[in-house]
Amino acid sequence: MLDVLYFAWVRERIGEPREQVDTQAATVAELVDELRAREERYALAFSDLSALRVAVDQELTEFDAPLAGAREVAFFPPMTGG
Amino acid sequence: MRIRVQSEPFDLAAELEGFGAEGDVGAVVTFTGIVRATGGLTRMQIEHYPGMTAKAIETIAGEAVARWDLDDCLVIHRHGSLAPGEQIMMVATASRHRAAAFEAAEFLMDYLKSRAPFWKKEIGPDGATWVAAKDEDEDALSRW
Repeated sequence: MLDVLYFAWVRERIGEPREQVDTQAATVAELVDELRAREERYALAFSDLSALRVAVDQELTEFDAPLAGAREVAFFPPMTGG
Repeated sequence: MRIRVQSEPFDLAAELEGFGAEGDVGAVVTFTGIVRATGGLTRMQIEHYPGMTAKAIETIAGEAVARWDLDDCLVIHRHGSLAPGEQIMMVATASRHRAAAFEAAEFLMDYLKSRAPFWKKEIGPDGATWVAAKDEDEDALSRW
């Protein structure tokens, strides 16, 4: 089981801030493909990966990152701190 | 090094009390970010990633301290609902010389903008809009 978190407009499009996902996905990209296939709202949120960033276990990473041993994956738009 | 992520306002003067008092400090630089009322903005809603935010800022601040050999470094960043004129965040750097203190403060600001997990939403007369990251914010990182 993987905790999947969504922030900002990704959270709004998907309609929830977090959920548990039962997945065998080997990489973030595979997880995205599984989520996209679920429902329209996921397909919409993940339609343009260049507009998204991902963190695995609270560290920024890339979409080809492996998920072996990961507990938490978060998807969000580019950050706007400061 | 002191990092705080909070919804409450902060008192700039109180935060700087005793800052840089240890070591042979010759320069303290501070930056404070304030909510602008541009476009009739009424509120600024700041969302963050609680598990990751403090760690991400610690990594950024740790790099600044190491690279500019800072004597001290302070970062406070707020989240939640803020009104125009309110302070969003502050950084302070303490160093022997001003060049290092200024540069480190700019480095902190550039990285906090695009590498700390905060997202701003502007609420104004036309509704609510997420602030989009700018290409120039990403480009600013390349100078470091």
